[in-house]
Amino acid sequence: MPSTKVGLSRDDLIMRGGVVLLAALLLVIVGLPLWALLAKGFEDRDGKFVGLANYVSYFSTPALFNSALNSLHVAAVSTVIVVPLAFLYAYALTRTVLPMRWLFQGIALIPIFAPSLLPGLALIYLFGTQGFFKALLGGGSIYGFDGIVIAQVFYCFPHATLILVTALATADARLYEAADALGASKLRVFFTVTLPGAKYGLISAALVVFTLVITDFGIAKVIGGNFNVLATDVYKQVIGQQNFSMGAVVGMVLLAPAALAFVVDRLVQRKQVALLTARAVPLVPKPKPGRDFVFTLICTLVSIGILAILGMAIWGSLIKYWPYNLSLTLDNYDFAKFDANGWDSYWNSVEMAVGAALFGTALMFTGAWLTEKTRGFHVVRGVVQLLAFLPMAVPGLVLGLGYIFFFNAPGNPLGFLYATMGILVVNTVAHFYTVGHLTATTALKQIDPEFESVSASLKVPIWRTFSRVTAPICLPSILDIAIYLFVNAMTTVSSVIFLYSPDTKLASVAAVNIEEAGTTAAAAALCVVIVLTSAAVKIVHLLADRFLLDRLQAWRRR
Amino acid sequence: MGDGMIGNNIIRRAALAGAAAVAMVGLAAAPAFAQKTKLTVYTALENDQLDPFKKAFEADNPGIEIAWVRDSTGVVTAKLIAEKDNPRADVIWGLAASSTALFATMGMIEPYAPKGVEALKPMFRSGKTPDTWVGMDAYLSLVCFNTAEGKKGNKPVPASWADLTKPEYKDSIVMPNPASSGTGYLTIAAWLQIMGEEAGWKYMDALHQNIAQYIHSGSAPCVQAAKGERLIGIGLDMRGASEKTKGAPIDLIVPKEGLGWELEATAIVKGTKNLDAAKKLADWAVTKKANELYAKTYAVVALPDVKAAPVNYPVNAEPGMIKNDMEWMAKNRERILAEWTKRYDGKSAPKK
Repeated sequence: MPSTKVGLSRDDLIMRGGVVLLAALLLVIVGLPLWALLAKGFEDRDGKFVGLANYVSYFSTPALFNSALNSLHVAAVSTVIVVPLAFLYAYALTRTVLPMRWLFQGIALIPIFAPSLLPGLALIYLFGTQGFFKALLGGGSIYGFDGIVIAQVFYCFPHATLILVTALATADARLYEAADALGASKLRVFFTVTLPGAKYGLISAALVVFTLVITDFGIAKVIGGNFNVLATDVYKQVIGQQNFSMGAVVGMVLLAPAALAFVVDRLVQRKQVALLTARAVPLVPKPKPGRDFVFTLICTLVSIGILAILGMAIWGSLIKYWPYNLSLTLDNYDFAKFDANGWDSYWNSVEMAVGAALFGTALMFTGAWLTEKTRGFHVVRGVVQLLAFLPMAVPGLVLGLGYIFFFNAPGNPLGFLYATMGILVVNTVAHFYTVGHLTATTALKQIDPEFESVSASLKVPIWRTFSRVTAPICLPSILDIAIYLFVNAMTTVSSVIFLYSPDTKLASVAAVNIEEAGTTAAAAALCVVIVLTSAAVKIVHLLADRFLLDRLQAWRRR
Repeated sequence: MGDGMIGNNIIRRAALAGAAAVAMVGLAAAPAFAQKTKLTVYTALENDQLDPFKKAFEADNPGIEIAWVRDSTGVVTAKLIAEKDNPRADVIWGLAASSTALFATMGMIEPYAPKGVEALKPMFRSGKTPDTWVGMDAYLSLVCFNTAEGKKGNKPVPASWADLTKPEYKDSIVMPNPASSGTGYLTIAAWLQIMGEEAGWKYMDALHQNIAQYIHSGSAPCVQAAKGERLIGIGLDMRGASEKTKGAPIDLIVPKEGLGWELEATAIVKGTKNLDAAKKLADWAVTKKANELYAKTYAVVALPDVKAAPVNYPVNAEPGMIKNDMEWMAKNRERILAEWTKRYDGKSAPKK
């Protein structure tokens, strides 16, 4: 963005004040808690400063390289599978005419409605030793590399799709019309118009998937077999041996991909230009039978894969005793029998998810807007961007323990939050900050800065442009962020497991506890209830989206 | 879906308002409700034990209310250590004795000898005066064998640890990973103590050939065996027993060489603001009534005169318990885990 050296206007000052506030807030909810734990990497178990001794001893263990290589391997393979698949799917949703588009859109999101326990359980029902389709593996085992990749593809698919739909949704029809008029081939148009337009989204999606796989521990634990990854190493140190120092060291190693992602993002961002200029005309796909058929087929196949996993879990939640008594029962939904908190934890989850969606969306969108639209002020904006990128790279249990150390420290004025619903909300927003921030940034980047320039020359205060122009244009993305937060809050485990109190136990944690107690069917049942809740919320969202698109987004049509 | 809750709230409020009105109309002499002491109890007890334990204690101590924070042993232990500088728990009731012993060395425990503690079997006490922790029950790491799958594959039922190294069990045994599970550690520590270090490692070398997976959980192996996911699971006893009760075709086997065990313990957290109530719970936790509750799920409990015979539990369990040197286990933990990780964890590459 070209910046000319002029005096700071009132708008500039307000924006900069906002950026400073945002930086301070992110420091409190992300930076300081993380540091509270990671600093332990420089201490021995008694809290004495030992410099890099822990790092030296960790890096001299051959197991590290094994785990690190395994992590990179799994993450690379998963990314290579997920991103093209999600791109095809997102392309189908945004650029072709699909029958029952809304249905495909909804199905793509099912994996994020589900706690990561669910694909693990379903894959064991499908491909485990007693599984229905075990023969398909040809003597191989689902426990290990293959299992992790299948489950990760399932789990990461919606994350990538969400970003890519945002990237592909806003396109300028005039570019395509021009290409058409100039007689460019389909392939040429794809490579010179479509791909460059989605480049930022593609790279973001790849970075998100890569880091998600690297840091996810739940899937590796359930289905990973003896395949060691960095995230399970953290678990071994922290939960298995209560060795926070070594846990902090591995946690720090895990930050490397995030740092890389941050650098790549900065490089790409510099080259990104606004797609939706003030004169843009939205692209409305026209029917084209051949293409539409192929994409419908692709979407159907992907959807069948997703539904098979969900269906298996639903069926699993209804059987009496896998695999020896397959008669059906509803008993597994009587959660009071398996967990003292019964359905209470479910309502806690709903309350937490609503809180996270409201507070988080407001923070993330305003924050992304402040960082995108403030002129100059590069250092503080850089700090904000770094802090916004960090959470994605941090395994939940590192963040959760950091929250204990930071918020429970004697004398912390924020200590009143500890052991309340509030800390769960804050922790969840911090944990899922990155994707929300990226979605908002992607949406904002596609809006021509001319909107602001025009407003400024008309002497309209910037916050009015924000509330009257920018936010309404981005409303679909804002709702996407809210839903993303809601569903993740319903399923998150690894971080909040350290932070709930007797009155605020969550359903996702209860599901893990129930599964650990061996009651797989009841755990599956609770997962299904969580999926259905998020699905219901999503349906309401789709209806609202329709209505809002009709009312607020009418300008997009010609 | 929110309606149900809101509805409940309205009803509850109306009821409260009604109650308040009745109270005001009624005699002013009516005694004010005594404020109950809320005791925050950290535990790794099984989910289904929480309610009966709470009810039984509260029935005898009407002024106290238990608020549970329950999770797996590793999570609760990590949480307690992380909260060390500003403790949130009042009492620990039902957590591995090795964890509470560790807390004691970190100065996190308020020593207290509960009333009646003298009656307990000696191994259920910390050995310190006053006691830093007091044992409730013992859990064992034994062998769960799936008879249905065994019959299918024509595999014999093992009777000893040595049997498990036979080639016919190749890739069909799961056990907890000692680096991530306390049960895993007590299992291998028992082997090292029974066989001696050199023979113990040699045994594990041989066993490694038959291990399909080292799982990050102490209860999962028997559950996996119960569900036919694996033929044999080495792991927590009561999980195996409860799976069998639910209809799993498994046998619980006490290997003839003897087996490793761990205690569940009670301890008071130093710095609790409810010390009196905490002591009441510690007292109650050693009573006969409490032991009878423990005896419903555990085969070995602290009071010698309480007969423990949980359903589907092997009868020869208690005599099978080895002479376990807890101090040795704690002192050598880091060294043994490092050695174990080097031998088996680092090279556990994906099997093709």
